[in-house]
Amino acid sequence: MQRSMAASVGMHQSLMKKASMAGFLAMLVLFAALLSIPARAQSYDAAIDRFLSDSFPDTEAGISALQAAGDARGVAVLDALLDRRLFVVAASRTVLVRDRAGQTNDARTGQTVAEAPAGAVMVRLNNRLRGLAQAALGAMTLLSPDPERRRLAAEAVFRSRDASALPAIDKTLETESVPRVRAALREARAAILLADAQAPMAERIAAAAFIGEIGDQDGIGLLRQTLTNAQGQLREAVEAAIKRAEFTQQLRRAGQTFWFGLSLGSVLLLAAIGLAITFGVMGVINMAHGEMVMIGAYVTFVVQDLIRANAPHLFDWSLPIALPLAFVITGLIGIVIERGIIRFLYGRPLETLLATFGVSLVLQQAVRTAFGPTNREVGAPSYMSGSFDFIGMQITYGRLWILVFTFAVFFLLLAVLKATALGLHMRAVTQNRRMAASMGIRTGFVDAMTFGLGSGIAGLAGVALSQIDNVSPNLGQSYIIDSFMVVVFGGVGNLWGTLVAAFTLGIANKVLEPFVGAVLGKILILVLLILFIQKRPRGLFALKGRAVEQ
Amino acid sequence: MRVSRRTLLASAAGSAAILKFGAMGSHAQGAPIKVGILHSLSGTMAISETTLKDVMLMLIEEQNKKGGILGRRLEAVVTDPASNWPLFAEKARELITRDRVSATFGCWTSVSRKSVLPVFKELNNILFYPVQYEGEESERNVFYTGAAPNQQAIPAVDYLMSKDGGEVKRWVLAGTDYVYPRTTNRILEAYLRSKGVAASDIMINYTPFGHSDWQTIVASIKTFGAAGKKTAVVSTINGDANVPFYKELGNQGVKATDIPVVAFSVGEEELAGIDTKPLLGHLAAWNYFQSVKNPDNEAFIKAWQAFTRNPKRVTNDPMEAHYIGFNMWVKAVEKAKTVDVDAVIDALPGIKQANLTGGISEMLPNHHITKPVMIGEVREDGQFDVVWQTAGLVPGDAWSKHLEGSKDLIGDWVGRKCGNWNTVTNRCGA
Repeated sequence: MQRSMAASVGMHQSLMKKASMAGFLAMLVLFAALLSIPARAQSYDAAIDRFLSDSFPDTEAGISALQAAGDARGVAVLDALLDRRLFVVAASRTVLVRDRAGQTNDARTGQTVAEAPAGAVMVRLNNRLRGLAQAALGAMTLLSPDPERRRLAAEAVFRSRDASALPAIDKTLETESVPRVRAALREARAAILLADAQAPMAERIAAAAFIGEIGDQDGIGLLRQTLTNAQGQLREAVEAAIKRAEFTQQLRRAGQTFWFGLSLGSVLLLAAIGLAITFGVMGVINMAHGEMVMIGAYVTFVVQDLIRANAPHLFDWSLPIALPLAFVITGLIGIVIERGIIRFLYGRPLETLLATFGVSLVLQQAVRTAFGPTNREVGAPSYMSGSFDFIGMQITYGRLWILVFTFAVFFLLLAVLKATALGLHMRAVTQNRRMAASMGIRTGFVDAMTFGLGSGIAGLAGVALSQIDNVSPNLGQSYIIDSFMVVVFGGVGNLWGTLVAAFTLGIANKVLEPFVGAVLGKILILVLLILFIQKRPRGLFALKGRAVEQ
Repeated sequence: MRVSRRTLLASAAGSAAILKFGAMGSHAQGAPIKVGILHSLSGTMAISETTLKDVMLMLIEEQNKKGGILGRRLEAVVTDPASNWPLFAEKARELITRDRVSATFGCWTSVSRKSVLPVFKELNNILFYPVQYEGEESERNVFYTGAAPNQQAIPAVDYLMSKDGGEVKRWVLAGTDYVYPRTTNRILEAYLRSKGVAASDIMINYTPFGHSDWQTIVASIKTFGAAGKKTAVVSTINGDANVPFYKELGNQGVKATDIPVVAFSVGEEELAGIDTKPLLGHLAAWNYFQSVKNPDNEAFIKAWQAFTRNPKRVTNDPMEAHYIGFNMWVKAVEKAKTVDVDAVIDALPGIKQANLTGGISEMLPNHHITKPVMIGEVREDGQFDVVWQTAGLVPGDAWSKHLEGSKDLIGDWVGRKCGNWNTVTNRCGA
C-alpha cells in the first residue's frame, strides 16, 4: 500500500466511518490526491503503536491519533477495530488487521501474514471507545467514493457533531448527487452548526428549523440538548423546532401504535386460527393446541439444524421447507390424539379439557427430554431480518412477513372450508352429525381430518412464531390462553369473528400499553373481555340458526 | 358452550408434574452423607435450574473421587419441585425429614426461596442459594452465594455513570413484574436519586413473565432516550422474555453505542438461544464470566464439558456460586468434623474458598460472601468480554444501605446471632 507524495490542499484533520474493503482501494486513490506529507507516515506508525498495549486509555489515544494522522490506511485499521478484526502481538510489537476475506495483514507494512501468530490478542473496545472510533471513521470517510459509506459517515458525524468535519461536509455537498446521502449530509451539517456555539447565529437558527422539519427522534434529542444553553432568538427558534418535531413524532407514534397493534393482532390470529377449527368448529376444548405450535417451532429448528450442517446455502429456504413438514407432522400428531383420546370424549367437555391438558404436559416434557430445557436458536432468513423506514416508522421485515403469512393461512383455510368437499363434510358433521352420517359421510374420518387440519395449522403458526419468540418447551403455554381468548371473543365457530377479534385485541392492547403499562394493560383487556362476554355470551359474531343447538 | 367457557378460566390454573429422581450414585462404605438438590427440572424454570442440578451432581461426583468427606461418600438426592412454589416447600420437607439430607443446594426465584424458608427454619437445616437476588434478608439457615444488590446492581450503575461507561444521565429501569426486579429497582431508584438524578430522568417499566411483544416498550425507550441526555437501560428482565426483548432492540436499531442495556439476569446460558450479532456491546453485570482467564476456571469448564459430554456447554454465574458454596460447605464439614447442622452453620462464617476468577471468597457473618463485580460486553460467540471490574472483592450486604428501614440493619450470625440487628437501637429486630 504505497501512498502518493503528491502535495495538495492538506486537510489537517479529516474524515471517517464504516468502510468496506472493496471501497478501500478506490478510496486510496482519492486520498492520494488529498493527503500527503511524509511526516504522516510517522504519525500513523506512532498511532498504530498506541494499540499495542490493549488498554482502553491507550486505544482511545490511538483512535484520535489515527484520525489526526489522516492516513488512508487508518480507515482499514478503524474498520477492523470496530469489527473485532484488529489483533496485536505484544512480543513482536506488531499490529495485525484481518480483512473481511480472512486474510491477515501487518497494519504498518501492509504485508500479508500467513497465519495469525500465537499470542495475538484482539484489541478490545467499550461502548465509549466504539462511539469515538465510529466518529473518527465518519470524519475520515466523508469523501469516500462509496455513497453508502458517505451516508454512514454523515450519520456518524451527526452523532459526534465534530466541527472539524464541516469543511469536508461542505465539499462533499457541492458534488453530492445521491439524495439519501445528501439528506444525511445536510442533517449532519445542521447538527454541527447547532452544536457549535461559535457558529453564526443566523446559520444556527436555520439549522434548528431544518432539524425541526425533519422531526426525527435523534433530532429532538439534539434540539433539547441545545435548548439547555440557548438564549434569545436561538432559544425561540429551537423551541419552535422542538414543537414542530414533536408534532411530527406524535403522528408517527399514532401510526406506529396502529402498526404494532396489527402486528400483535396477526400473531394472535395466527396462534388462534388452528384453535378456531378444533375448538370453534368441532367444540373440542383442546388444551394441547399450544403444544402443536411449539412442535411446529421445533420442526423449524430441526430443519435449520440439518440445513446448517448439510447445505448452508439453502438457509434462506429453511422456512418454506419447514412449513409443509410442520403441517404434516403436527397434523399427524393431531389425528393420533383425536383417534386415540378425544373421540371417546365427545360431548364431555370437562373430561376433554383434562385429557388434552394431560397431553400438553406429556408433549412438553417429551420435547424437554429430547431437546433439553434451554432455548434453541432459530435463525432468521435474510428476507426476515432487519427493518425498513416507512414514512419515519420502523417496520421490521419479520413482522411484516408474519402479517402477510397470517392472511395467507386465513384465506386458504376459508377456501378449504367453503370450497372443498372436505370443508363441506366438516361443516355438515359439526352442524348435524346424525344427519350427515345418514347422508353417507364417514363422520369419524371427518372428525380426524378436521382435528388434524386444526393441529396442522397450529404447526404452521409455530414455524412463523419461531421467528419472534423463544423456541423452548414452554412456547405453547404463552399462546394457549390468548388463543382461547380470541376464539371466544370472536364467536365460537366463526372464522371471520376470530379475525376481527384478533385484530381488535391486538390494537386495543397496543393502544392501552403506553398509558397503563404492559401488566395493567393485559389485566384491563381481560376485564373488558369478561364484561363483554357477560353481555354477549356468544362472542362478537354468534352463529345463528339450528347449528347453535348442538 | 357456556360450561366450556367457564372451564377455560379454571384451566388457567397450573398443575403439578412431579418427577422424583431416586437417590443417585454411591455404593456406600458406612452411611453416606446425603446432599439435597432442590432445582426445578420441569416447568418454566427448568430452563435455568436443570443446569444447576447437573453442576451439583458433577461437584459431588468429583468430591467422591477425592474420597468424599470425613471418609464418607456423598450421595445426591435430586427432587423436582417443577417450578411450582408451594411444591418447593413440600419437597424441602421431604428432603429433610425423609431423606435426612445434611444440606440442600437449591432454589432460583426469590419466591421459591421464600417458600422453603419456613421449612428450613422449622426443621433446622442448611440451604445454599446460588442466584443473585434482591437482598433484604439474612437467615440463620440460608447461605447466599449469589450476589446481593450491592454486588451487582449498584456497581453496574456506578460503571455507567463513569466516563468509560458513557456518563449516563437518564435511566430506564425495565424489569419483569415480581419481587426481585421490584426491590432491586427500588434500591436503584433510591441510589440514583441520592446521586442527583431527577425523578423525570428515571423511567420504570414492568412487564409480565414471558412477555413476548416488546414493540411498544422498545419504541418508548427510544423516545425516552431522545431527550438529549445519554440514556441507558438497566434490565432486570428475567427468563424467556429476554430473547424477544433483545430481538426487538436489534429490529428497531437500538445500538449499544446509543442506548446500552445492562442486564442482571442474562448470562452465557440465556444467550445460547439468541443470534447475538445485534447485541454486540450490550452489557451484563455478574460476578463470574466463562471467558475469564484463570487456571481454576479453565479446569472447571473442562470438567463441566466432560461431565455433560458436550464440548460446547457453557458455564455461568450461578454455577460458580454453587461451586463456591459446595466447596465452602465441604470445608466447614471438615472443620466441624461432623455434618451436624448447628456445628456446620457455626463453622461456615470465615471459611475461605478460591472463586473461579482469581479471588478468594469468604463467607461473612451475614451469610453472604465476598465477590468480585464484573461488567461484561456481549460478543458474537455468546460469551462476554470483561470491560470493567472492581479492584477487590465486594462483601455482600444483606440489607441495602440505600433504603429507608434497612440502612441501619446488619446481619450477624457470629457475634450477635441475629439476622436483622439494628445498629442504631442496638437491638435485634427492626
